[in-house]
Amino acid sequence: MMSADLLSPHEPASSSSHGSMKGYVVGFVLSLAITLAAFGAVMSNVVPHHMRLAIIVGLCVIQLVVQLVYFLHMGTSRDQRENTAIFLCTGLLIAIVVAGSLWVMHNANVNMMAAPMSVQQAISHE
Amino acid sequence: MSTSVIGNTHIHAGQGDGTNTTVGFWIYLMSDCLIFAVLFATFGVLAANTAGGPGAKELFDLPFVLGETMLLLVSSFTFGAAMLNLHAGRKRSVVGWLGATFVLGASFIGMEVYEFTKLIHEGATPATSAFLSAYFTLVGTHGLHVACGLLWIAIMTHQIMRHGLDGVARRRLACLSLFWHFLDLVWICVFTFVYLRGFL
Repeated sequence: MMSADLLSPHEPASSSSHGSMKGYVVGFVLSLAITLAAFGAVMSNVVPHHMRLAIIVGLCVIQLVVQLVYFLHMGTSRDQRENTAIFLCTGLLIAIVVAGSLWVMHNANVNMMAAPMSVQQAISHE
Repeated sequence: MSTSVIGNTHIHAGQGDGTNTTVGFWIYLMSDCLIFAVLFATFGVLAANTAGGPGAKELFDLPFVLGETMLLLVSSFTFGAAMLNLHAGRKRSVVGWLGATFVLGASFIGMEVYEFTKLIHEGATPATSAFLSAYFTLVGTHGLHVACGLLWIAIMTHQIMRHGLDGVARRRLACLSLFWHFLDLVWICVFTFVYLRGFL
């Protein structure tokens, strides 16, 4: 009992990894607000064009974190540490795969394609 | 008394307390995550290659996508409510919330099938351009996952009604909960990087 209290000082045992109604409501309201903000940023003219991409990507990342914490109960508590570590490892792999692909293919595009080609042009080239 | 102890040890020997199952399922979800990461990378590379065909702005309808997003988001919440009732041991409420989740998920699939058939009728098939091939593969893979989740929800509802909220049902619902919330996470990336980014 003592050791359990010492290990997770600010987490009551009752709501350890199951979540609570309050948690789900908070997660839902936050997700709703973030989703509407992201669609609003693109569909209305409030946000200037050059800032839109940064804003929707930022909101996407925030909403991912919100849902991971409130719906998937990910955190640093003892019973969740394993899942969080596996997730962070996967996140690293994903970052390498996605960023690497985009980077390499962008460079290939810039350096090797003189002009964009339509299907008809490509066929007539053969 | 002695039978329950024997029963417990039997369960422990065979399945553990469910923690290992959840971690194992989590590892499966992470491998699924990698599949989606590769599909997103493919879409990111090919998004501009419309081969003279229609692009995102001509094809997609943002209010329609917002509707799909709302269905999935609310279904994530209703599944959470089902899990809370599961921990409280209220069988009828669990079945009710699972039913609500199923209806919302099925409506999402309905909207997606409608969107796909509309695109194909307009001539925007997967064979039209690299952009549309990547689009149908990515969004279709997500839709297929949601359809599998619906099947799983239907099976679990039947199992709970037949056998009650036993340890097996609890463990399986814990995995299904991870799966369903995970699909909502993937959809957040889909509406951001496929639909919203297409309108920038």
